[in-house]
Amino acid sequence: MIVSSAKPLLEVRGLCATVAGVPILKGIDLVVKPGEVHAIMGPNGSGKSTFSKVLAGHPAYEVAAGEVLFEGRDLLTQEAEERARAGVFLGFQYPVEVPGVTNAAFLRLSYNTVQGARGKDELDPLEFDDFVRERMKLLEMDPAFLDRSVNAGFSGGEKKRNEILQMALLEPRLAILDETDSGLDIDALRIVSGGVNHLHTADNAVILVTHYQRLLDHIVPDYVHVMESGRIVKTGGKELARELEARGYDWVTKAAA
Amino acid sequence: MSVATDSDWLGDLLRSTLAAEQSAPESLKALRARALERANALRLPTVRDEEWRFTDLAPLYKGSYLRAASAIAFDAAVVDRIALAESSARLVFCDGHYIAGISNLSTLPANVTVTRSHEALGSLAAIDDDLFAALNTCNFSDAAVIDIARDADCPAPIHVMFVSHQADAASYPRVLIRAATGARVVVLEEHVSSSEGSALVNAVTEIDVAPGATVRHCKLQRQATTQFHFGLISARIGRDATLVSQSITLGARLSRANIHITQAGEGAHCQLDGLAVLGGRQHADTHSTMDHALPHGTSEQLHKCIVDGGARTVFNGKIKVSPRAQLTSAAQQSRNLLLSDRARVDTKPQLEIYADDVKCAHGATVGQLESDELFYLRSRGLSKDAARALLTYGFAAEVIERIAMPSVVKRLRDEVLTRIGKPA
Repeated sequence: MIVSSAKPLLEVRGLCATVAGVPILKGIDLVVKPGEVHAIMGPNGSGKSTFSKVLAGHPAYEVAAGEVLFEGRDLLTQEAEERARAGVFLGFQYPVEVPGVTNAAFLRLSYNTVQGARGKDELDPLEFDDFVRERMKLLEMDPAFLDRSVNAGFSGGEKKRNEILQMALLEPRLAILDETDSGLDIDALRIVSGGVNHLHTADNAVILVTHYQRLLDHIVPDYVHVMESGRIVKTGGKELARELEARGYDWVTKAAA
Repeated sequence: MSVATDSDWLGDLLRSTLAAEQSAPESLKALRARALERANALRLPTVRDEEWRFTDLAPLYKGSYLRAASAIAFDAAVVDRIALAESSARLVFCDGHYIAGISNLSTLPANVTVTRSHEALGSLAAIDDDLFAALNTCNFSDAAVIDIARDADCPAPIHVMFVSHQADAASYPRVLIRAATGARVVVLEEHVSSSEGSALVNAVTEIDVAPGATVRHCKLQRQATTQFHFGLISARIGRDATLVSQSITLGARLSRANIHITQAGEGAHCQLDGLAVLGGRQHADTHSTMDHALPHGTSEQLHKCIVDGGARTVFNGKIKVSPRAQLTSAAQQSRNLLLSDRARVDTKPQLEIYADDVKCAHGATVGQLESDELFYLRSRGLSKDAARALLTYGFAAEVIERIAMPSVVKRLRDEVLTRIGKPA
C-alpha cells in the first residue's frame, strides 16, 4: 500500500559495496516508505542477495560509498544485532542450522534480546511458549518444531516457514526476504505468503528479493525494481514483474546498457 | 628454583607409597609391590618419547607433590553443587580417600555392591609401560569398586566424585566397574577441585563388561586450571556386550587421558566419545586405543575439541584390528573447533589393520566458526558473544547430548554456554 505522505523508512543513496575487494554493488538508490512492498528482481549475480546482506549488516561486505538511513538514522555504522533490534529483519535464503540448540530456546533468546533492547517486556519460557504457539498457527507449523534443533534436518520449506515465524516474533519495521520462495512447493508458498501478508501493515515495509513472478502473485508489490550488475536499472509497478516473466531480463538489461 | 631431577621428583611421589603397608590384603600387597618395582624402573616421559611428542610435562616436573596421606575437612558445598538429582547413590573421595560422611550408599540398588578393595583391581590396567598407572597402583588407598550383579538393570547413575582439596598434593583416584553378564549400569566419574592450589590427580579406571552387559561410563574432569590430571581408562568388553564411554575435559592446566579398550568377545560394541573445551593456557592430550581382538565387533569414536585462547589439544586415536577380528566395523572421527588464532590442535588417527574383511573409517577436521553462521544469529538480535557461544555449544552438543543423564547434559550446556568468550 502506498501512503504518499509517510516519511521514508529506508533511504539508500549511491550504495557501493565490495566483497573481498571485488565491487558488487555499484551505486544503488532506493527509498522505501511504511506500508510499501518492494520487489527486487534480476538475473543471478546481479547483486540482489548482496544488497540484502549489506542492509542487514553482514561483516563480510564492505561498504565503499553511499549512505543508508533507517528511520532517519545511519544504518551502516550499526552492527548486525543493532540493526535487528532497531527493526530490520533479513529472511535468509539459506537459514543456518544450529544443532543442539532447540528452536524454542533460540526463538526465545532472540525474542527477549530484541524486546529488551526495545524497552519491552521479556517473556519467561511458559509465557513465550503460549505466544510462539499462537504465531506458529499463522504458518501452519507443527509445535514439534519447537523441540527440534534450530533448522537442523528441516526441509527447505520448513526452514522458510521458520524464517517467517521469526519475522512474526520480532515484528520488524523493515523485512527483507531473500529468495523466500525458493524451495517452496505451491502449498508452502501460499502459507508463507499468507503469513507475510498477515504481518504487513501500514506501518511496516517489505522488500522481496526474488527471481520469479510466482511469489508476487501472492504478495503483491507496489514497486518492482530490476537489478543488473550492482545497480537498479529499471523500476515499475507490479505489471513490470509480469513483463519480466514473459520477456526475460535481457530487454531490460540491454536497454539499460 | 631448581628443576628437580627425575629421581628427586619421583622420589617425592614414592616417599609415602603404600607399597609397604602391611595391613593390606595379600593380593593388593603383591599388586602394589609389582607397581612400585615398575615405577622405579620407568623413566619420566619427555617430548622425546613418541607417545608424548606434543605434551611437555616440564610444568609438572617443576612442582613437587606428596601423596595426600589422609583427607582433611573441606567445604561440602562443592559436593552439593554437583550432586545429581537422578543419581541412585554417590561415593565421595577427597584426595583419594573415601569420605563416608557425605557419601550416600543407602539408596544403592540391592543388586549393586560397592567396596573399597577387590582382588580384581589391576587385572585390566597395564602398568608395565605406563609410569602414571604404575604410580597410581602403588599409591591408591581407597578404590571405588562397583559390582553389578547378573542381569541387574540400574538406569539411575551411580555418581563417583573425586575432590582434589590439598595444595601440592598427589592423589590417586581408583575405580573398578564390574558389570556381570547381562547387567546394565550408568556411572558418572567426576573430578573436581575445592581449591585453586596446584595438585596432581592421577586416576585409573578399570571397566569389565561381561557378556551381554551394558556399561555407560561418563568421566567428567573439571578440576581447577592450576592442576594436573592423568587418567587411564582401561576397559574389556565381552561377547555381545556394550560400553558407552564419554570423557569430558573442561579443567586442569594440563591433562592426559589414556584410554585402552579391548573388545575381548565376539560382537562387542563400543561407543567412545570425547569432548574437550579449553581456553587460556590449558593443554589436554588424549591417546586412545581401540583393540578389536575378535570378530563382529563394532566401534564408533567421536572426539571433539573446542580450543580457545592459547590452549592446545592433542589427539592420537589408534584402532587395532587383529587377524582374527574379521567383520569388524570401526569408525573414528576427530572434529576440532579453533576459537582463537593462538589455539592449536594436533590430531592423528592411527590404524593397524591385520584382518582383510573389515570396515574401518576415520576422518579429522579442524575449523573455525563460520562468519555466515555468526551473522545469522546476530541478525536475530543476538550479540556477537551470544552467537559465538550458541554455535560453540552446537558443536559440542553432539557429544553432550548423548550422555544418558539429563542433569549432566543441562549442567554441561550451561557451562559451555557461559564459558565461551570469557578468559579461562
